[in-house]
Order: sequence, then structure tokens, then C-alpha cells
Amino acid sequence: MKIYADNAATTKMSRTAIDAMIPFMEEHFGNPSSLYSIGQKAREALEQCRNEVAEVIGANPREIYFTSGGSEADNQALLTAAEIGKKQGKRHIISTAFEHHAILHSLARLEKQGCEVTLLDVHEDGLVRPEELEAAIREDTCLVTVMFANNEIGTIQPIKEIGAICKKHGVLFHTDAVQAVGHVHIDVDELNVDMLSSSAHKFHGPKGTGFLYVRKGIPVTNLIEGGSQERGKRAGTENVAGIVAMTAALREAAARIDENAAHISAMRDRLIAGLSQIPHSALNGDAKRRLPGNVNFCFEGIEGESLLLLLDDKGISASSGSACTSGSLDPSHVLLAIGRVHDVAHGSLRLTLGEDITEEQVDYMIKSVGEVVEYLRSFSPVWRDLTAGKIPFIL
Amino acid sequence: MALYSDKVMDHFRNPRNVGVIEDADGIGEVGNAKCGDIMKMYLKIEDDKVADVKFETFGCGSAIASSSMATELIKGKPLSEVSELTNKAVAEALDGLPDYKMHCSVLAEEAIQAALKDYYEKHPEKAQ
Repeated sequence: MKIYADNAATTKMSRTAIDAMIPFMEEHFGNPSSLYSIGQKAREALEQCRNEVAEVIGANPREIYFTSGGSEADNQALLTAAEIGKKQGKRHIISTAFEHHAILHSLARLEKQGCEVTLLDVHEDGLVRPEELEAAIREDTCLVTVMFANNEIGTIQPIKEIGAICKKHGVLFHTDAVQAVGHVHIDVDELNVDMLSSSAHKFHGPKGTGFLYVRKGIPVTNLIEGGSQERGKRAGTENVAGIVAMTAALREAAARIDENAAHISAMRDRLIAGLSQIPHSALNGDAKRRLPGNVNFCFEGIEGESLLLLLDDKGISASSGSACTSGSLDPSHVLLAIGRVHDVAHGSLRLTLGEDITEEQVDYMIKSVGEVVEYLRSFSPVWRDLTAGKIPFIL
Repeated sequence: MALYSDKVMDHFRNPRNVGVIEDADGIGEVGNAKCGDIMKMYLKIEDDKVADVKFETFGCGSAIASSSMATELIKGKPLSEVSELTNKAVAEALDGLPDYKMHCSVLAEEAIQAALKDYYEKHPEKAQ
């Protein structure tokens, strides 16, 4: 059995998205900035895409900037807010400890340039507390950036409450919604979001394309100079085929959002229930306030990379927050942020389900993970010490 | 290119000499769970040779493969040779490890040397 269970890493492009992009490589390949008809045909498609993307998140088309993906959008949003803050003498930014590195590394750079950053605690359930966020706001706070849903543990943040607080205090609010767009309902006005980042390949679109929403009236700072594309705010000939495919994928995802969420979250809950039967295991992040397809567990006494390799042998593609899979010595900063100690964080497993997941596949995953964990524990010196009572169980 | 050589994958999927020697003459344990790798080696020594060796490992694919390969390299060997086992020999026998996984072969070397040290401490008359 082959199961792709790493949809948070990337998704397979949908047939609709592939079909939509082909004509823009074969026929309507013109440069949208050219005045002849094949260029103008591309221009028309591009603007139609902008309309459709804007509609999905309740924005105005003029508030959508196409980018190369989520990381670029995150970088540009933070730079934009920092520049605005600088002009007003506001250099304080509030974020969370478990943001994507596109945010955390951008914040580190801004810190070097004189900004001060407060990272909010995300607690054991992986959720920001709005009251703690409000308490952290200062006179010189220029930005709050909190991810919509976490990429590792899937927890969905109280974005509406945070948006209301930011509006009340007149602070810009950005959300990295890379994991959320196409999977949960988003209306930027209802949520009081000022800037939002999105990436196409997380909702069955192509890699290398995404968008940044910036509320009207906010002056956008360029990351890339060199042309008048995207109203002069993002230079470079537009990835028309990619944008067309992204839009087709998003249209499809948005049209099926409720039925997809109902099916996937039922499968998720079945998987969580099954994996919870494995002794000394624990779900990471709140069980309900999480993305429909996200399951993330820690298993005591084993290491994540060997778990992934053996699951791969069984046809299951998954991921882990262990240090060995990241190439660094530390396990996932997300798991550490929710209070998992190193020993346990190394034994993590993330399974992120797609729309086509079946009950049979879920049951196969439960069985396979159980077998592999048991096997790895059978020759783990840590497990021996745990079961012999030499060291205490954490989970 | 795959992350690991075929030999690493073979030793990872079918680790040799896995387990425990209850009446081991030397036991060595290195690494810690905080860093994500722990290796434990058990040696049975007869006539100054490794009569038997078993290991237990908590760690990634290359840690398990390195442990397995290291036990293969020392099984049946005189202790004088075992004391000269290097991490490089382990890595080479595995047809190489990715740079950032070389520490797994170092752990394997250290685990065996720790077990040997334990043996000599228990049998000072054997120590040179």
C-alpha cells in the first residue's frame, strides 16, 4: 500500500491545476507586459486570477501580490511592517516561538537592524493566548505576526481574537497562512488581518508560486527591484502558468472546503485514536483546534528518522521533528516550544492527510506505526531503561 | 541520490548482532537521549578475542547501521585489533555516511572502546 502522508510538506498537483496551466506554457506564453495579443491574453488571465484569489479570502484584487511562495511573502510582509514602524519610531514586533523559519529568520534579521522582538509562549496545547498577546503590546509595537495554523502540529490560532486586539490597539497584523489557505475558511475583513501569506503547493497547486495579501492603504516595501510588475511592488516577469494553476487549485479547494474538512478530520480523529493506543505515546498540540489533516505524535524510547525510514519501506511517506531529519542537533523548535523535552521530541512523527485518504489507509498506518515503534523499541537502550524503571517515563 | 548508501540501508533494515548479552564481560554505553543517539555494546571475551558482541541503539538510521557494522568488524577479532577500530573504518565499511552523520560512526567507535575499557577494568590482569 502506498500512502502519501506528508501533505503539510507539499501536495500533489491536482489534475485541474495541471490542465489549467498547460495552455499558458504552450499557447498563451506571452509576457503579460507585452502589448501584442498573446501577451495581453496572459495579462487578462493574470488579472482574472487576482480577482479569484482575492475573492477566496474576502479581499480586493488590488490587495493581492503574487510571489514565489510563502517564504517570499513572509519576508516581504515583515519588511513592509518594519519599514512602516521605522518611520513612526516603532521597533517592537510580537510573534510566537513556533513560527515557520521564514518568519523567525526574518525576525532575527530585523533584530540585528534594531527591532525588538517578543516571542509569545504557545503553551502545551500549541495555542497562543490572546490575553497574553494583548499584554505584550507596547506603545512602540509595529507588528503582530502569528501563524494561522502551525506547520508541524497543525494547531489553529485564535486569529479572529488576535485580529480584534490588533485593530483595537492600531497595530498591524500579519498571519502566515501557508498551511491554512484552501483548508479552512478565511475572510481577511472578518478576521481583521492586514497581511497574509500563502503558498500554492500546500493546496494542490504548483511549487514556486504564492501570494501576499496586503490591506489597502498599507505601503508595501519591495523585496525584489527591477520592474513594474505587481504594481511596482514585486519585480520579475510573472509566473503566469504557475499563477493560473494556483488559482485553479485554490478555486477547487475553496469549493470543496467543507466536505474535504469533514472527511479529512474524521480520518484524522480515527488515526489519532488508533495511534493513542500505542503505549507511552502522546499527541502533540490540541486535539480539536488543529488542521483537518494534521496528526503529530511523540513516541517515547525511539528516534524519528529510523521510524520514517521503516515507514517508507512500508509505503508510507511521513515526516518527523527529530534532529536527525533536520540536519541539526536540536529537534524541532515547535515541539520544544510546546514543552516537549529533547528526549521525547526526537521520537516525533507527523502524518498529514490528503483529501483522498481512506479508512483502510488510516488503519494500515495505525498498524504500521505500531509495528515499527514496537520493533525500534525492542533494541532501544532507552526503552530498556524506561521499562526496567531505571529512568522515569515522560509520556 | 539517496540519503544513504545501499550498505547503510542494508545494515539499518537488517541489523546484525542486535540484542543483549546477559553475562557480558564488557558493556559500553555512549551518547544521550537529549542528542538523539544512544549506543550500548555488550562484549563476550574468550581467549583475548571477541567471542560474541551485541548492541542496542536508540537513534537514526545511520546510528543503527553504524552499530551493526561496528559489531561485524570486531566479531571474532583479537582485542588488540578491536582497540584500534576507528570511526573511519566503520564509515568506510558502510560505503560512506553523509557528512552530518559521521558522528554516528564516532559513537560506534566510542561505544566499543567503552565496552573494552569496561572489560579491562573488570579484568585488570588482561590490561596491557
